[in-house]
Order: sequence, then structure tokens, then C-alpha cells
Amino acid sequence: MAVKTLTINGEQYSAQEGESILSVARQHHIPIPTLCHLEGLSTVGACRLCVVQVEGSPKLLPACTTKVEEGMVVTTSNTKLDKYRRMIVALLASEGNHVCAVCVANNHCELQDLAYQVGLVRVRYPYLYPDKKLDATHKEYVMDHNRCVLCTRCVRVCDEVEGAHVWDVAGRGINCEIVSGLNDNWGNSQTCTECGKCVMVCPTGALFEKGVTVSEMEKKKGFLKYIITARQKKEWVSISND
Amino acid sequence: MSKIITIAPVTRVEGHAKITIHLNEHGEVQDARFHVNEFRGFEKFCEGRLLWEMPGLTSRICGICPASHLVTSAKAGDDILSIGIPETAEKLRRLLTLGQWLQSHALSFFHLSSPDFLLGFDADPAIRNIFGLMQSHKELARRGIRIRKFGQQIIEFLGGRRIHTPWAVAGGVREPFTKEEQQKLLEWYPEVKETSLMAIKIIKEVQEKFAKEVSCFGNFHSLFMGMVGPKGELEYYGGNLRIMDSAGNIIADNIDPREYYKHFGEASESWSYLKFPYYKPHGYPKGIYRVGPLARLNICDFIDTPLAEKERQHFKKLAPSTEAVNNSFYYHYARMIEMLFAVEKVEELLRDPSIFGTHVRSKAEINKLEGVGACEAPRGTLFHHYNVDENGVLQKVNLLIATSQNNMAMNRTVRQIAMEFIDGPVIPEPVIPEPVINRIEAGIRCFDPCLSCSTHATGEMPLDISLIDVDGNVLDRRLR
Repeated sequence: MAVKTLTINGEQYSAQEGESILSVARQHHIPIPTLCHLEGLSTVGACRLCVVQVEGSPKLLPACTTKVEEGMVVTTSNTKLDKYRRMIVALLASEGNHVCAVCVANNHCELQDLAYQVGLVRVRYPYLYPDKKLDATHKEYVMDHNRCVLCTRCVRVCDEVEGAHVWDVAGRGINCEIVSGLNDNWGNSQTCTECGKCVMVCPTGALFEKGVTVSEMEKKKGFLKYIITARQKKEWVSISND
Repeated sequence: MSKIITIAPVTRVEGHAKITIHLNEHGEVQDARFHVNEFRGFEKFCEGRLLWEMPGLTSRICGICPASHLVTSAKAGDDILSIGIPETAEKLRRLLTLGQWLQSHALSFFHLSSPDFLLGFDADPAIRNIFGLMQSHKELARRGIRIRKFGQQIIEFLGGRRIHTPWAVAGGVREPFTKEEQQKLLEWYPEVKETSLMAIKIIKEVQEKFAKEVSCFGNFHSLFMGMVGPKGELEYYGGNLRIMDSAGNIIADNIDPREYYKHFGEASESWSYLKFPYYKPHGYPKGIYRVGPLARLNICDFIDTPLAEKERQHFKKLAPSTEAVNNSFYYHYARMIEMLFAVEKVEELLRDPSIFGTHVRSKAEINKLEGVGACEAPRGTLFHHYNVDENGVLQKVNLLIATSQNNMAMNRTVRQIAMEFIDGPVIPEPVIPEPVINRIEAGIRCFDPCLSCSTHATGEMPLDISLIDVDGNVLDRRLR
């Protein structure tokens, strides 16, 4: 496989052909914020938080889905990028009903971490306060659409890793939401194996275990690396939840 | 031409309110109303949330007594899950409730009310506050702040933080208690006990000094309601309800708090967001009742801690044997007796080895679709009543708050003080006399009302008093 040489933030790096800019950046500890991306799942480029500037491109490109090219010159952080990332997080905050103080995922939430990371101190967009539902029909778990950021991690992990494909995306625009089965209550799903993978990969408090209270829902994602390594390499690595 | 005086906003109480004094055509006081003009809506927006979230959600109702809402909500959750919580968990919830009583009672007395008592009702408002007290009574102010801190420390040790802890949950509590925390509290304890006794001594002196105020600060007949323990002792966490009339007769006893709604109704008035609860058998407005320290001290047969019991006996002598203590000024004294009780009870619990158990949480599914939790919050009996669906999603929420139960009594107190201190017609000078403002505010403070709790606004609690004539014209308005 051919090796490509590219420049990121003024430094030269080499990468495998077909690798994404995000992958190269992560290997070299160059921080790029992400939300929908999760190592082990397919890449969808849905959240646009990982947008970077590529010389010669008239628009910003998502680092997770953009493949490296020979001689590519990439900037991962500058005033414009930082501003756009802050705008994205602010739009996510204003679009749902995210109230950290009483959320089950408080202090364990990737959206909250991102808000700190991008320096979001106030949201200048009007909050929409949508009237979204909470599906508590499942025996073990709850889906709270108020806190869903539509990253589709749950959809992908259920389809790609568990193989059950309980989740899908329905609707368009502001009415877009995650649905189980053919838009039925989660508790009625005949395909759900109750494995809880969707709950653990969910970056916010949208999916959580029934019975947990404020701040109690810690998301443990180490299982993903364990399963994928076992499948691909027949190696059973120790589970880390970092 | 009758007129109305408005006092708005009312200061040094928790929440937003205003007072209007209505004058008749001769310029004499005809009526006075305590309006609560903030609205929060917790009962509505909690609908659709999960039962397990409710303790964390409802503790956000108030920054003064979050622990009371937390425990009461957790108890409503216990009821719906239909489980008994571990012994250690109940004792730790009791300890948390006492921490709440201590910090709230200390706040009411030292921070909010003692500036009136120690600097005088007519002292300059600019110094008649906790900062003025720090200059004139440095040691006392320091002790007041420290005893409140002790209560807050109990809450922090148990719940991880002082305000809005989510530690109590349906089925018990989240974390056990440690010996290191117990030791730190026991080391602090002697100072707290000394301060509590000092507060009792001060309030007794105040009662002698302000004889005129004592005679008219909400001195009227009403019912009293609160919880008592199985032997009739002062109770703060569990127990059944008892109702007493103004003559000291027990008119209803042993009422399961789950059945509160059979005995108490809630009326509304167009001029206030605060509802007017009443005792159903007597109807509205005759079913006026009071809750909180004065009620609890009236209805209980005894207090099961020695120093507080001695003071209770002294308290009972404040009224003839044929009457309950009907004077609302004595809320302060009752509150300080309760603070002493809480101090003694905290020591008792801290020395109980069973508080170190590690099994503190029981788990269960939804076993009932309706549940009620009740406990004695610092300001009176607090009820949380939830209806859920089979998945634990809230369908209906009713919160009956102590301050709202005292609403009718607070209105009557304001009217009584206005009539007593506005001596003769206000006209031709349609202004609100300064001593009247001071005393009306102080009268409200007897009840230590928490308006953010009871209306389910944020921000400060300012004083707003209006003087209004018979045609509804505002003749004078004073803001502080």
C-alpha cells in the first residue's frame, strides 16, 4: 500500500493510502474534536465537528471521512475552525432539551465535554425546547429523544457489531429522530437482544439504564475494541474503559 | 375613597412577593394581602419524566431546602417501588434531614431574622442585615454562620455536595457514610450545641423586649398540622399526621400521610400564584391551618431529647393550658427548640454504629402506579404525590409545600400587623409608614416562607409594598 505524505499544522507526516485525516491526526496526538465518530464503527461524517481546512479546497472538510492525499496541507485548528465548532455545539445544545444538572449522564457526557473543549460559554441561538418523547417501554433501558444528538452511533453499533439492527433514522430536518423497529416502542422490538451496546456508545444521556439517577450513567465503551479485536485478529485483549 | 398600600418586594425571605394594604373610604386599613408573584411550574414539566429522576429534579426546586425535596421525592419513589429501604439508608436519610433542619433554621434565625431582633425593627435597613450584625455582634454572627455550615457539612459528607445533591434515591441512598466523616462532625459538635443553647437564650430575651410585636404578629386561632412519631414524639422524617385545634384539642390523629389529599384541599385566588391549602372538613377559608416549627411543637406530646424537651415544656407555658400556642411570633422560639433537637439528634445518630452499613440501596421495578412521600421540611410538612404509568413515566405530579400551607396564616398575619401599626387614617398623607413596612416584613419572616419552593422564580427576594385606594389607584409604592 502506497505511503502518502501530508502536512498537518505545518508538520509533515506520512500515512497509509486510504487513511483518513482524523486517523493520522489521532496517531500523532493532534487533537480534533469528534462526536459521531467512534473507533470500531463505520464513519458517517454526520456531526461535522471534525471539520478541517485543506489547502486548495473551497470548503471545510470532515477529517473523519476525508482520505489523505499526497502533498495535502491540512490545518486542524484556527480562529475560523474553532468558531464553527463552537457554533455546531451551540446548535446541538439549542436544538434539544439538554439540562446537564439533572441529566443521568452529567459528568459522563461527550456533548458536555465538547462544550468545555470548544469553549462554549453561552448559546446565542434561541432554544427550541422541542416537545420530544421519552420511550421507557424497554425493560432494561430508556431512550430519551430530548437528549439525542442524532450521531447514529446506536444505529451503527446495533447493525455492525451486534447484528440486530434495531435502530434506524426516520423523518427529515428538525423532525429527524432515531426509531426502533418500524417506529414502534422499543419494548415491542422483537430484534433487540437487550445487549446494551447502543446505551454504552451513546455520547449523551439519550440512552441509559432504567433506574439510574443524576450523573450515574457512566458509558463504558471498552467492549467495542475487545469485540472487534477478537473478531478480526482472534485476540482477546483486556477491556479498558478509558 | 378607599386605598391600597403595596409593599413590594418583601426582603429577607426566600422568593418573590409583594404586599398590598387596602384602605377603606375613611383611609383605615380594611385588608392586607401577601401576593406571591413568581411561578415555576415544576408540577407540570416533571410530567413525562421518569420516577427515578424525580429526586434529582425536585431537589432543584429550592437552594435552601433541596435535601427535604430530595428525601420526600425518594420516599414517594419507595412507595411506588413498594420496597422497604435498608436500615442504614433510613438512618442516613434521617441524618441528612437533620442537617437540612440545622442549616435552614440557622439561616432563618441568624441571617434573616436576628438583625431585626438585635439591631431593632426600626434600625436603618442598610445595616439591618447579616453584615450589620457582623459589625455589631461579631461573635454571634460568626457562630450563626458556623452552625449553618455544620448543617451544610452533614449534607456534603453524605451527599457529596452542599446544595442540590442527588444522593437519596428511590430505594435508599447512593453512598454509605464513613468513620472519618463521623469523627470530623463529632469534633465540631460541642461548638454547635453551645451556639444552639445561645440562640434559645437570645430568642427568650427578644420575646420579653418586643412585647407589643409579640402580641400582634399573627396571634390568631387556627388549626395546626404536622407529623408525630408512634409515641406522640416530635418527628421529622416518618410518622403519621396529627391535627390540633387552637384550643389544643387533637381533632384528627394517626393519619397516614399517603391519605393527605382526603383531608386537605387547595383553593386558588386570582391575586397570587401561591395556592391556599385548607382542612377539608372545615372548608375554605375556615379550614386555615399552620405547619412548621410552631405547629410541630404544639402537636407533639414530647421531644425525645433532654435539652429540647426541657425547652418544649417552657414553650407550652407561653399559652394558657386551655389553648395551643397560637402566636406566630413564637415560630422563632419553636424553630430554635427544633434546632437544639436537631443538634442532639445528630449526636445520637452519629454515635449509632449501624450508620456505617454498606447495604444502602434496594432495587425494584414499578409495583404501584401511585405513591406519596412526606417528611417534615424545615418550614413544615412536605408532600410529593406521583402517578406513573407501568414504565415509571410520571403522569401527574402534585407537590404540597409547607409555605403554601401557611399561606392563609401569612395573609392573616400581614392584616393583623397592618391594622395594629397603622393607627388611624393614612389619608391625607397616602404614604406607607416606615415602621409598618419593617414590622410587616418581620411578621412574614416568622413563617420563614420559601416562595420559590411553594410556587414551583429565580433571583432575589425584594420587598414591594403598595398603598391602594378603593378605586384601585396606587397611592404609594415602596421598593427595597
